[in-house]
Amino acid sequence: MNLFKNLTNGLFKENPIFFQLLGMCPTLAVTTSAINGMGMGLASTAVLVCSNAVISLLRKVVPSKIRIPIFIVVIATFVTIVGMTMEAYMSTLFNALGLFIPLIVVNCLILARAESYASKNGVVGSLFDGIGMGIGFTWALIVLGAVRELFGTGSVFGIDILGASFEPALIMILPPGAFLALGILLAINNVIKSKSA
Amino acid sequence: MNGKLIASSSPHIRSGETISSIMRDVVIALLPATLAGVYFFRLRAVMVIFFAVLSAMITEAVIQKIRKQDVTLNDWSAVVTGLLLALNIPAAAPWWMPIVGSVFAIAVVKQMFGGLGNNFMNPALAARAMLLASWPVQMTTWLAPVGHTVTTTATPSVMASVGDAVTTATPLAIISGGEGAGNILPTLTDLFIGNIGGCIGETSALALIIGGIYLVYRGVITPRIPVIYIATVAVLTFGFGGFDPYFMTYQIFAGGLMLGAIYMATDYASSPVTPRGQIIFALGCGIITSIIRLYGGYPEGVSYAILLMNVASPLIDKYTGPRVFGEVK
Repeated sequence: MNLFKNLTNGLFKENPIFFQLLGMCPTLAVTTSAINGMGMGLASTAVLVCSNAVISLLRKVVPSKIRIPIFIVVIATFVTIVGMTMEAYMSTLFNALGLFIPLIVVNCLILARAESYASKNGVVGSLFDGIGMGIGFTWALIVLGAVRELFGTGSVFGIDILGASFEPALIMILPPGAFLALGILLAINNVIKSKSA
Repeated sequence: MNGKLIASSSPHIRSGETISSIMRDVVIALLPATLAGVYFFRLRAVMVIFFAVLSAMITEAVIQKIRKQDVTLNDWSAVVTGLLLALNIPAAAPWWMPIVGSVFAIAVVKQMFGGLGNNFMNPALAARAMLLASWPVQMTTWLAPVGHTVTTTATPSVMASVGDAVTTATPLAIISGGEGAGNILPTLTDLFIGNIGGCIGETSALALIIGGIYLVYRGVITPRIPVIYIATVAVLTFGFGGFDPYFMTYQIFAGGLMLGAIYMATDYASSPVTPRGQIIFALGCGIITSIIRLYGGYPEGVSYAILLMNVASPLIDKYTGPRVFGEVK
């Protein structure tokens, strides 16, 4: 029951993007299309799950004064592994995401979960927490990417939806579009939350 | 009242001004420019203005209904926003562009931040910036005014999108080279009257100045922001344009400077409150406009200058507020 709660926590109730507003830098920068959002989300999820597990295992031997550098070293290790794997097998996606793959190291979502959950709880719980948060992050990025891609190019996942007569609004795949789309999604989210509460 | 003293809280003196009387004055002041735009660009201008104003009003009503507020269409503020937006769009724009712009201006920039008086930017200008970033080609396809004989250098695809109408470049685009190169620069008289390419409402400096004088006369705006703004641009373009009075005059009357300085930069909600703040605001607008025009990538910088200073307004107000009587630092 508790594990299930860990899993669903990140999906909706404490969704990293829509409720905690963590990891805004990749959220705003790479979501120019749904596929980019999904790639970024899955890469972060992989790092988050692995780093949560390892940090949870190390939590009793890490001196609390230097815990942050140690967390960063663990996270950086997994980011390097994920980055190299992506470069080898998914080079187009890797090139599209560019600098933002190495920047997963400083994604505050991952450090926040390490600090506030994995360093205080057991391995299994941390694993489920990582999976839940990671999937929550991923679906939020896919939604944001899909909205921006839909209005910015007229298609979602590269599939044409709005037809040829639609004049794409370039602003949506430019930086201002990220802020506009995220702001409006957050507003919708708050409306839903206030209705259900 | 039988000589009795009535104790009440302030304000004790009320003016007859209301939001709707001020907004109506702004609409009246914009009429000369609107009519000039309709005269020079004919039916296309009418269409853009009609769609922009109508969709601004509908959006305002719908959002206020959704938010369960009183529908304040009769305060004319939606009309002003729609009209200002229409005057900031080229006449060659397709029919849906003024609608998208108006919905964005009212729904996102105005109502989402709390409605009238709470917008942090000028809604019409923010919508114009959004349209320009989204559809750069359509927003810079300028229709030549009726009775204008300038050979066009527009690309065939752009020509096709405006049908049989003749396109031209704006005077500022001609000055800065690039897309406008090859066109003949219109005379200063044409520029002053408005017989040039450009957005619907920005071409006729004469009509805009007439409206501005009316607004000052009615006390709706003080001349502070427009005069300082335009003077700053004049001084900077004179100094950095090779001390050429002709170039300076041209810069003042060309582009959206008159429209922006008189009607947009003076927006109550998004400009500073204190006189000292307004001076700083106007200077900043003038400096940014001149920098963009003389050194920037865009031929015109009025809208970005005003938007940037809009965002800086709360900060300016914070540092220019008068000292409260008795305040100790």
